[in-house]
Amino acid sequence: MSKTRTLAIEGWFKDAPKPALIGTQCTECQSIFFPPEHTFCRNPACMNDEFSERELSTRGRLWSYTTNNYQPPAPYVSPKEEYEPFAVAAVELAEEKMIVLGQVPGQVSLEQLEAGMEMELVVDTLFEDDENEYVVWKWRPA
Amino acid sequence: MATGEVAILGVGMHPWGKWGRNFVEYGVKAARDALADAGVDWRDVGFVADGETIRNGYPGFVSGASIAAALGFNGAHVGSSYGACASGCQAISMARAQILAGVTDVALVVGADTTPKGFFAPTGGNRSDDPDWLRFRLLGATNPVYFGLYARRRMELYGDTEQDFAMVKVKNSQCGAQNPNARYPKAFGLDEVLGSAMVSDPLRLLQICATSDGGAAMVLASMDYARKHATDPVRLRGVSTVTPRYPNTNIEMPDFATDSAFAVPQPDVGYRDSIALRAYEQAGLGPEDMSMAEVYDLSSALELDWVEAIGLCDPGDAARLLRAGDLSLGGRIPVNPSGGLGAFGEAIPAQAIAQVCELVWQIRGEAKGRQVEGASAGVTANMGLFGHGSSVVVTA
Repeated sequence: MSKTRTLAIEGWFKDAPKPALIGTQCTECQSIFFPPEHTFCRNPACMNDEFSERELSTRGRLWSYTTNNYQPPAPYVSPKEEYEPFAVAAVELAEEKMIVLGQVPGQVSLEQLEAGMEMELVVDTLFEDDENEYVVWKWRPA
Repeated sequence: MATGEVAILGVGMHPWGKWGRNFVEYGVKAARDALADAGVDWRDVGFVADGETIRNGYPGFVSGASIAAALGFNGAHVGSSYGACASGCQAISMARAQILAGVTDVALVVGADTTPKGFFAPTGGNRSDDPDWLRFRLLGATNPVYFGLYARRRMELYGDTEQDFAMVKVKNSQCGAQNPNARYPKAFGLDEVLGSAMVSDPLRLLQICATSDGGAAMVLASMDYARKHATDPVRLRGVSTVTPRYPNTNIEMPDFATDSAFAVPQPDVGYRDSIALRAYEQAGLGPEDMSMAEVYDLSSALELDWVEAIGLCDPGDAARLLRAGDLSLGGRIPVNPSGGLGAFGEAIPAQAIAQVCELVWQIRGEAKGRQVEGASAGVTANMGLFGHGSSVVVTA
């Protein structure tokens, strides 16, 4: 029985037709927010509370990176029975002038990462249960 | 703009360790020691300011009252506050303000915690609208992951090395070995630190601070009261609990992303740099006036970030100072003469208070085995999750 591919969180990213992070943009001051803001504009000079959806750049430069050599505590769920270390990337988006974190897919080793390299957004398995394959955005070398 | 000063009449600490006893016990011990040190009767304290602990149920949320009740309710005004690692500083800020406002002459500041084993995990339950829950679920972003990102960034930008980061731990452990309140009394060698298990590259186990039980307290008083009760008390000259300015373009724990500088340009002074700056301003002093500093070495690499943020040197220069011995005892500007978090581990609501306790002992010349010569002024710095700056300036 095949599992349902389910977004691990609604409204923050899309899987199809192409992976993209979903931010929001204040209709008044044009400030961009990720994770998406829907209620209050966090620019202190702006009291607006309306936003439009804005997909973020799907490529950026690797600002920094590190690893999780030990399994993080709950609510993190390991995708495999036996935990395998994975990298975490901080990627700088040029147009949006912000840095966004994301896991790096497990197949990418630490040695493949180099600060300043171009990274692209993908959607990959976070973990599975009996019915669902939960997916989340990740960054991998472009 | 210089603010009013208050006197620090007494300080006290319960040693840091791991026993799992009730946090109130540690807080009361620290409070009693501080009161005795100050020569102040608990019944004369008019305000109790306390840093909350959020992992100890209701009594932790109202920790000021919990500790006041244990000392024996005396009718004092009370204020408990939480700002993650900055909680203790918020308590200091509150107590100072009450004294300067004339509500009371004498205030007790206290913070104490007892903590779970291992990584700091978020509060329980399914909390999918809580960013601190989501960062574990969606990213697996533990605290060491953030520290690892900052450390790798220093290596890329400034050429800092694993050896530099290990040297910070070695330096701090030498002081910690002399500090009776430190949890870890061991002086580590470079090889030992570099040989410990890799946790979040490039940071190893011995470069990441543990979580600890502990309690710290101080007695603050108006200068008028102090003049009648003490000779030359250490003076509290500046307290900063600032939030960032939007947009904050540095990635902060436990966020998924920075703010965007798309529409609004980033501020002239970055958040981390602003924290001690605002305390210096109140004191009418600058980093050049400091004899020493106590900063948050959550990881040994982060100490170098703080050395720069509090203005002891230009960005990128901290490792050079470290290698030159400037940041060690006997050096130009010793950092973490207490032994830092490396020797203590972190007891969240107590830590910012403990940083000040150390500066007080140093200025009085009572820091046996780890004395900074001629210590006359010091600054503390740290930061709590979700925008809680923490910095205190004290002088003789």
